Amino acid sequence: MTDIKEFVKSVKNKEIDIVEHIHKVLDDAESINKEYNYFNTITRDLAIEQAKELKKNPKGKLAGVVVSVKDSICVKDVETTAGSRILKGYKPLFHATVIDRIIKEGGIIIGKTAQDEFGFGGFSTNVGLGFKIPKNPFDKERSTGGSSGGSAGITNKLDYAHLSLGESTGGSIVEPSSFCGVVGLCPTYGRVSRYGLIDYANSLDKIGPISQSVYGSALLLETIAGNDKKESTSIDAPVDNYTSFVNKECKDFKIGIIKEAFGEGIDESIQKPIWAMIKKLESKGIKYTEVSLPTPIKYGLSVYYLLGTSEASTNLMKYCGMRYGKHEALDGNFNEYFTKVRSMHLGKEAKRRIVLGTFARMAGYRDAYYLKAAKVRTMIINEYKKAFGKFDCLITPTAPIQPPKFSEIDKLSILQNYMIDILTVGPNLAGLPHINMNIGFENKLPVGMLLTGNHLDEKKLIQLGSFIEKRR
Amino acid sequence: MKIDKQLIEHVASLAKLKLTDKEIEEFMPQMKELLEHFSQLDQVNTDKVQPSFHPIELKNVTREDKKEECLTPEKALSNTEHKKDNYFKGPGAV
Repeated sequence: MTDIKEFVKSVKNKEIDIVEHIHKVLDDAESINKEYNYFNTITRDLAIEQAKELKKNPKGKLAGVVVSVKDSICVKDVETTAGSRILKGYKPLFHATVIDRIIKEGGIIIGKTAQDEFGFGGFSTNVGLGFKIPKNPFDKERSTGGSSGGSAGITNKLDYAHLSLGESTGGSIVEPSSFCGVVGLCPTYGRVSRYGLIDYANSLDKIGPISQSVYGSALLLETIAGNDKKESTSIDAPVDNYTSFVNKECKDFKIGIIKEAFGEGIDESIQKPIWAMIKKLESKGIKYTEVSLPTPIKYGLSVYYLLGTSEASTNLMKYCGMRYGKHEALDGNFNEYFTKVRSMHLGKEAKRRIVLGTFARMAGYRDAYYLKAAKVRTMIINEYKKAFGKFDCLITPTAPIQPPKFSEIDKLSILQNYMIDILTVGPNLAGLPHINMNIGFENKLPVGMLLTGNHLDEKKLIQLGSFIEKRR
Repeated sequence: MKIDKQLIEHVASLAKLKLTDKEIEEFMPQMKELLEHFSQLDQVNTDKVQPSFHPIELKNVTREDKKEECLTPEKALSNTEHKKDNYFKGPGAV
């Protein structure tokens, strides 16, 4: 694992020729990509241009650190598709706020990573028409998890000072991180600006870091977090100095283990090592109590899929072949033209979620589905808030299973497929920060533990995460 | 509730989608499976519960009512294939 802190120091001291270094990183990224499909686009020219600029005056928190970016995040003049053919050819006229902040701190953008179309999936197999499916770094016949699968995969494989930007709506940062054995930190809703993010569901979307180490995620979060006047849901609260919480004492933390997360449907190959780690933490002085939080795991999935698809179905109406992305010959009336473009270029899962979400919002069904789900969401939020009156951190596994084979995913029913999110929808619906920590391997495949904190308590996840990182 | 071909076609048309017969055949049982599962929410008593449309409390954010820089027509039109006289050109409205 590359020590990012040391690397940044040596770039600033001009001990590394950053242009030469970037050429080498890009060559490796390209050869990894040929084998694993982690990138939709590699931004070679942009990266080299940035490196040349940085070489003249190396500065910033991320000086020379390469950053890969989920394809749903806008990078100026670089094709940005959110993994969908309907956005093929779209080149944003602006950077997302997170990209502006990364470049300002000397980070170098190397490419746009593979994902489920618009974030619609937990396996990165629902890529848009004409896109390639990323492969698990431990076994190419298995899934990287999703939807930020490209980001998690390249984070595992690229052994340089590298960080990645993922995005989560219902678990899309931590779940692929679990499958690829890396750290993924999904921040509090509103902690990081969504300006320039291609929406999936506005009340749920969060941009966050994926990295090999807890320090890397802390550093990237420190760079991108903070209020943004361009984004009305962005939180106006001071940003913690997250890196200073890495390896900070946390023995007085009160940990809650969510009982319902160790029940039926959670594989033994996950439960066993997670409990072993909990016991190990106890032996190192971190005490735990088991706590019951029934609503998020029992009802969270229904609430998430009703609200998420409702919001997505409205968001996706803007793709109609007129202003950007895919166009067709202008014929017929507007109904016929928009219908033609959308039906041709949206993938199957996008269509499925649009139909589901449109249905849940329709006259006659809105109260029974959409509104009902929004009410149960309140109960989920309240249940978590009550728990955080007593606990600093809650622990569950990240995913109910280890990375499955593609052939196994093909056999899942639609509900079984969505069940992959069972443990992550809760914190996402409540907008709570959560981090995936790899705690080891079973059957040569990684096992991830999920730590969830109270709103704006990312620092505690970093403290406990770095404690676990040293002791796994 | 009956999930039939007609309902799926109707919902899709509201969302400006024309599904193939194969897609409809595939979606029908899937919608049924999902909606049956989602109906578990009927068990939850939400009589005195307010809905949440965001996970955190949000306030309206406004800005001063003054002119700011914006995109030039050339830039705004740089991603489209359909334009005329500095405007987007769309399909017929009638």
